[in-house]
Amino acid sequence: MSELDYLKRLHSAGRLSRRDLIGRALAVGATAPMLSGLLASADALAATEQGKPGGTLRLGLGGGSTTDSLNPLAANDSVMIDVLFGIFNGLVENAPDNRPVPELAEKFEPKPGAAEWIFTLRKGIQFHNGKEFDADDAVYSLNLHRGDTKSGAAGPMKAISDVKKLDKYQIQVTLAAGDADFPTILTDYHVMMVPNGFTDWAKPVGTGAFTLEAFDPGVRIALKKPGKYWKPDRGYVDTVEYNVINDTSARMNALISGQVDVINRADPKTVSRIEKSPTLEIVRAAGGWYPVMAMMVDRDPYTSLDLRQALKYAVDREQMIKTLFSGYGTLGNDHPIPRSDPYFNSELAQLKYDPEKAKFHFKKAGISDPKIVLQTSDAAFNGAVDMATLLQATAGKDDIPIQVKKESADGYFDNVWLKGSFVASYWGGRPAATQMLSIAYKSGAPWNESHWNNEKFDKLLADAQAETDEAKRKNSIWAMQELLRDEGGTLIPCFRDWLDAHSKKVGGHTPHSGFDMDNGRIAEKAFLKG
Amino acid sequence: MLKLVAQRFALGLLTLFAASVLIFAGTEILPGDLASAILQNNATPESLAAMRKELGLERPAYVRYGEWLGGVAHGNLGRSLANNRDVADEIAPRLKNTLFLALYAAIISVPLAVVLGLLAAIRQGGIYDRLVNVVTLMTISVPEYFLAYVLVKYFAVGLGWFPSLANVTSNTGLLERLNLTFLAMLTLVLVIVAYMMRMTRASVLSVMASPYIEMAMLKGLPKWRIVAQHAFPNALAPIINVIALNLAYLVTGVVVVEAVFVYPGLGQLMVDAVSKHDVPVVQACGLIFAGAFILLNMTADILAIMSNPRLRHPR
Repeated sequence: MSELDYLKRLHSAGRLSRRDLIGRALAVGATAPMLSGLLASADALAATEQGKPGGTLRLGLGGGSTTDSLNPLAANDSVMIDVLFGIFNGLVENAPDNRPVPELAEKFEPKPGAAEWIFTLRKGIQFHNGKEFDADDAVYSLNLHRGDTKSGAAGPMKAISDVKKLDKYQIQVTLAAGDADFPTILTDYHVMMVPNGFTDWAKPVGTGAFTLEAFDPGVRIALKKPGKYWKPDRGYVDTVEYNVINDTSARMNALISGQVDVINRADPKTVSRIEKSPTLEIVRAAGGWYPVMAMMVDRDPYTSLDLRQALKYAVDREQMIKTLFSGYGTLGNDHPIPRSDPYFNSELAQLKYDPEKAKFHFKKAGISDPKIVLQTSDAAFNGAVDMATLLQATAGKDDIPIQVKKESADGYFDNVWLKGSFVASYWGGRPAATQMLSIAYKSGAPWNESHWNNEKFDKLLADAQAETDEAKRKNSIWAMQELLRDEGGTLIPCFRDWLDAHSKKVGGHTPHSGFDMDNGRIAEKAFLKG
Repeated sequence: MLKLVAQRFALGLLTLFAASVLIFAGTEILPGDLASAILQNNATPESLAAMRKELGLERPAYVRYGEWLGGVAHGNLGRSLANNRDVADEIAPRLKNTLFLALYAAIISVPLAVVLGLLAAIRQGGIYDRLVNVVTLMTISVPEYFLAYVLVKYFAVGLGWFPSLANVTSNTGLLERLNLTFLAMLTLVLVIVAYMMRMTRASVLSVMASPYIEMAMLKGLPKWRIVAQHAFPNALAPIINVIALNLAYLVTGVVVVEAVFVYPGLGQLMVDAVSKHDVPVVQACGLIFAGAFILLNMTADILAIMSNPRLRHPR
């Protein structure tokens, strides 16, 4: 589905006004004749695009393993993320336009300074075991990710200094420092709401649209709708089948031969087979997932700003998108904020491959034997070795010698990442710009892979986090992007698109910049057309 | 004979024990552990420590190995570190699937290979012989996943005769199961028929060079009788050996085919477990694979002895 199709659907679902539809369509490059066609088909769509209840949704997903468990604390890939969002709900949901919207919390408001947040919980929601969801459950669920925990969300949740119950339907979360974007942290897929004291993860109990029917990790997982779902416009199908298909070709074949209805991670190299098919369509979303090559700015030779700039100009970003994602990506500007983010700095000039400037800065750096070693492995992401080799080739043409060192895939994130001075890795997008900037660029942050330590940046970040005035926040966040582009130690050549595909009989599966499969919420959002 | 079997059996047990030590050491040498494999770049030092403590990974390797060995001696394979499921429960359906596919492929490929090989030996040098040689050489020369994709392209996506996913569950009926796994079986058959057929042909032909065959020819026996009655029984030993090796391959080496057809067999389970350092599961899979090899080789040896009168009655 293209951006235009998506806008059309938003409009027909009543989530986008006609004026906004026209405005946003123009912004993505629609022409006048396209527009009139768009409006006519949008009206027609509105009549048919209603969720129909019933049926079995068959998913074919990459990103699952026999070692998967139903404990949300340990979730780390597509299959379990999609399953967990079927069984559980969070307090806050990340909407397709990257804004936090209420889920089990019907309202969330900061006190001035944004260090204290009051979450008002929805009343009358029941867990699958019949117990009503209330403040005790919310406090317990949040505390699962705090302190001595194995949770994958432990890092961002460190921002919380206290969680307390105010009354049966209200909790207060206190942060160590103000953060106007705090609710977006709670959209993290680890942070699910479970009953107070719950530990029996093999028999999960949540408030989601579905309950567990069959669990054969790495093979097949099935969920079943137990009854009426509390969200009136979600949870259409009766059963959802998750078939784990890690092999890309097998996944594509399963969709084409009709054995599954939806797949994630369509193969960009062969996706044209789906585009040509009359019964299938692609769901493409510009995403926040990006590959990165991080230089530690406090280690030689990367302390030299000129050397860093030389490398920035030596990255052929267009070619990276072609090589890594067969063209399904957007340009990166050495800062982590994607185009889909409301705070993306749209006026910042794009870095381009420029041999002259690369040579100029390299000469100016004046390091005769820089010994640049780029550590990489396909454990970082599939293509990380290609990325390093490509940089080596383009930099080599500008007389900048780079040595590519392929590391063992096992334990790459344990032994190489955050340890080597120039390392390839990746980041999944974060729902809030300030969140991404603070976890990987704030001085002293544990995952600050480039050891970026800049007083001005830290000040701007603190301002942006505590500031609730939109215009002022925007100024700070834009300035941080500029700083990183000009002086930062991370090379971010591009952002990857999420590429799902489905049979046209599936509706409600919309592009989302956050993650594949509608940011993991495919189970409750998709429906089968009659 | 009985003494021989007992000897082989004891040696087999010793080999199993050695294999388990090697596998354990191998997974220990790999950098990283289960905690870092699961948390990846979501890890903080605290969450890594918390997970290691919960799983008991902070204890020395020999303690963990000793515990595992003690469990196995009592028939307890332990629990998966990653999802805390019982290893025996996790492995049982996978083992069943693996054995099913192996049996399916073996039932078709073994007779097929022997018959094709005998025919090729009878018609040595003829057009049929050359054709079979070229075709089987081709099927062993291309990697198995390529064969698998070609079959999927034509028979699943193109013609739609067979499903491309072999996603069987424990409730799948036999006919449905045969249909779902058909292409996977065909891939395996194409891969192993070639070996067994060529070995049959070669060993029959080598026997055909012996004097007693010449004698039979001079008596004026028809070629097919010479091959079937005189040459084949004496060529059995190497054929049995190559069949055993191929059957062992069917049990232990089909992970690539499993991946292409998304077939829930043991190979995929072991690969997943190794990549996540889930040691109890790796160990159990390793034991089964080693056991299959030992058992099949032992059977092959015994059958080879039985097929050879000189070995059957040693002087």
